[in-house]
Amino acid sequence: MSNRQFVLACLTPLFIFSLAFLALPLVRLFLASGEGESGWAIYLDILRKPRYLNTLWLTVVVSISVTLAALAISTTAGMFLSRNQFRGRGVLLSIMTLPLAFPGVVIGFLIILLGGRQGLINQITPGHVVFAYSVIGLFLGYLYFSIPRVLLTVMAAAEKLDPALEEAARTLGASPYRVVVDVILPGLMPSLIAAGAIAFATAMGAFGTAFTLATNIDVLPMVIYTEFTLSANIAMASALSIVLGIVTWALLLIARSLSGTTVAAGG
Amino acid sequence: MTLRLTNTAKTYPDGTRALMPTELTVDTGEVVSLLGPSGCGKTTLLRIIAGLETPDPGGEIWFDDDNVTAQPVERRNVGMVFQSYALFPNMSVRANIGYGLKMQKLPKPEIEARVTEVLEMCQLEKFSHRSIAALSGGQRQRVALARAIAPRPRLLLLDEPLSALDAALREALRDELAILLHKFQITAIFVTHDQDEAMAIADRVAVMSDGSVVQSGTPEELYRNPTSAFVAGFVGNAMHLKGTSDGKSLTLTGGVLPLDRDGAGQDIFVRAEDVQIDPSGPLQGQVETVTFLGTHYRVGIKGIMPDIVTSIFPGQNAPRTGEVVKVSIKPETLMLLPKSGVGK
Amino acid sequence: MFRSKTKILQLTVTLTACAFLLVPTILSVLAGVTANYFQGISSGFTLKWVFRVWELYSGSIFLSLWLAIACLISTLVIGLPAAYGLARHPGWLSRILEEFISLPLAVPGLALALALLQLYGSLKGFRASWTFILVGHVLYTLPFMVRSILSVLAAMDLRTLEEGAATLGASPWQRFRDIVVPNAMPGILAGALTVVTLSIGEFNLTWMLHTPYLKTLPVGLADSYASMRLEVASAYTLVFFVLIVPLLMAMQWASARAQRIAQ
Repeated sequence: MSNRQFVLACLTPLFIFSLAFLALPLVRLFLASGEGESGWAIYLDILRKPRYLNTLWLTVVVSISVTLAALAISTTAGMFLSRNQFRGRGVLLSIMTLPLAFPGVVIGFLIILLGGRQGLINQITPGHVVFAYSVIGLFLGYLYFSIPRVLLTVMAAAEKLDPALEEAARTLGASPYRVVVDVILPGLMPSLIAAGAIAFATAMGAFGTAFTLATNIDVLPMVIYTEFTLSANIAMASALSIVLGIVTWALLLIARSLSGTTVAAGG
Repeated sequence: MTLRLTNTAKTYPDGTRALMPTELTVDTGEVVSLLGPSGCGKTTLLRIIAGLETPDPGGEIWFDDDNVTAQPVERRNVGMVFQSYALFPNMSVRANIGYGLKMQKLPKPEIEARVTEVLEMCQLEKFSHRSIAALSGGQRQRVALARAIAPRPRLLLLDEPLSALDAALREALRDELAILLHKFQITAIFVTHDQDEAMAIADRVAVMSDGSVVQSGTPEELYRNPTSAFVAGFVGNAMHLKGTSDGKSLTLTGGVLPLDRDGAGQDIFVRAEDVQIDPSGPLQGQVETVTFLGTHYRVGIKGIMPDIVTSIFPGQNAPRTGEVVKVSIKPETLMLLPKSGVGK
Repeated sequence: MFRSKTKILQLTVTLTACAFLLVPTILSVLAGVTANYFQGISSGFTLKWVFRVWELYSGSIFLSLWLAIACLISTLVIGLPAAYGLARHPGWLSRILEEFISLPLAVPGLALALALLQLYGSLKGFRASWTFILVGHVLYTLPFMVRSILSVLAAMDLRTLEEGAATLGASPWQRFRDIVVPNAMPGILAGALTVVTLSIGEFNLTWMLHTPYLKTLPVGLADSYASMRLEVASAYTLVFFVLIVPLLMAMQWASARAQRIAQ
């Protein structure tokens, strides 16, 4: 019995910490969302008021585009890197996983260096080509963020894929294209769905990148931030946070049940 | 040390009875084997003795005059060899063996001296600074044994200590283990499902079935005088001769066998080495299989009873498959046991 | 060796992606050591921007390092026993607890920060101290520590090893100290490096939780991007890279090692 008590004692600090700084604050956040003028109808307001509805739409559209682009690029690169051994492979892999540690703010700055007013593209192309502060900039920033994460998930799955399956398909007369469609993609599918969900969820909640780009584009995290700091509309900021939190949490739950791993989402 | 268990049972929270109320006494220096098929409760019994499981209320465990029932495992001073050995991968061979002594807070020089002594006894000197990962299966087994005996436990418990080894090694280490256990002169309990192992190592064997000890005795007693069909079948693979008995003789499909005792209402068993191929035998059957086993042949004969009757044939020219043979069984080698649902 | 069309296409995509990820990083590094970025590299290399960053922001760099260490200690104190408890006591309750503490991986930092601010914002002493930011960092990094240790513990036969130690006379605490902690070391190391890396780079929570007197490195970065000349912002980013890249590489090495052990 004393062993059981010891094990329970081990869980106590975690329990206290997560109660005080996670459970209770989240309850407070939820209660705060109902303390505005419109009460709990605030959740209906999100769907009724064009400002919030448009924000939701834009955020979802940008996130989906980023997800699809990141999946296409990272799956291609990931399969290439895991199926071929050549000199420089390690360097390419390092380059592609290095941005894992870059927070959103830094990525925003890198996009400015690429497509801002003093950016590389503007300098080397004739005319005025500035895209950093538009939806394109935001899209590229999120893509920068997602490529390494999706790549790692895909490569981990590709390594677990039994090469004998591909060889078996070959011996049965399948063309390289058919091998991809019939063997590789189905094998990778759970991981692709998981990686896609991660990319989508992080794009939905990314704040740092949008903040640095200082865009006037109303994506959800920016709207939450301005509602809270500028408009002091705490109820709406809370309600939007709750909606955002539930969406990203549900997506990552699905992702994890499919792949069994979580790649660092934040930053 | 004398171990005494009274009324010890184990019921799991889901209602499964892993161990029926059991009485067991093990005398000082005695090596007892708990033998039985998997799921018979032998490991549960061992774990209760170690203190790794709590028995149902009412059971008592005595080490000499100490009632240890309520004592946690770490204070019982038992040595245990686990099936998987449970060697600590973060420690060297030496540190593993010295761990129990460290827990007893012995002074460092004494720990060193005792570890060295045990290393020598188990012929492990050469490996003392190796890591566990760098040992072979047989070496690991010896380290596990050395670690268990180093703190001079009151009782040594071994849970299937040879089952993780391959067959050839298992046989060699079985004899080595028997010698070591007797050299230590320690009270030991040894759990196994392998009758050869139990016979080779133990002074006394307790055969278990469905959560109870069904018979306990020396290996010879169990082999010669089983008291139940289960023990006859499990120890020495006795065959159940299925026929009708009128008290004086046993009528089988392949003939009639005389009895020297009253066999009415009893099941009759025989061992393969007592089934002889003999031209003047009273039974007749046809050879189904012949297996050459080096020192002898094992001959399977059909037609004597519904199942195959196996005979050990020690000679040079064994019968061929399909041949019709006569078989005799000496009446005194037959085992007459109370009827039961179990057995072969 | 890359003869087929598919291979060439794959290589092109890979190289383009690499360029997309690498070129801005190089631009940033160059801008940080160029005398005048508008005139280009021809204006010469200099370290004056790096020194300027040091003058302006060394406080925020030290605050971040201090926070990372405090965060590491906190996550170890909470996470190591917790991972052990979860490993030894598997069941639906442990699953729920693990799932719950993993919420900060999924819920955006902004939402968590709002939640913390609304509950504790009125406690002025706490709100204004560095410990408030620390709570945010621990909240965010704790699941990484717990999972990293848990995956290593789950892969070994912890129960039997502990039983082995118990028969040799070790108490629960001695078993934890002598058997659990040393064998969990690869997971602890990977978790520790992850915690430090993430803590130093954390922005979303910190931006909401910080006060004007408590700026961490990423908060300072955001500040410099908004108000400093490009060279200073770049030099500051360069300092951040110098700090974070070795940590990231160590973290990847340690995680790969822990995963190999966990398999």
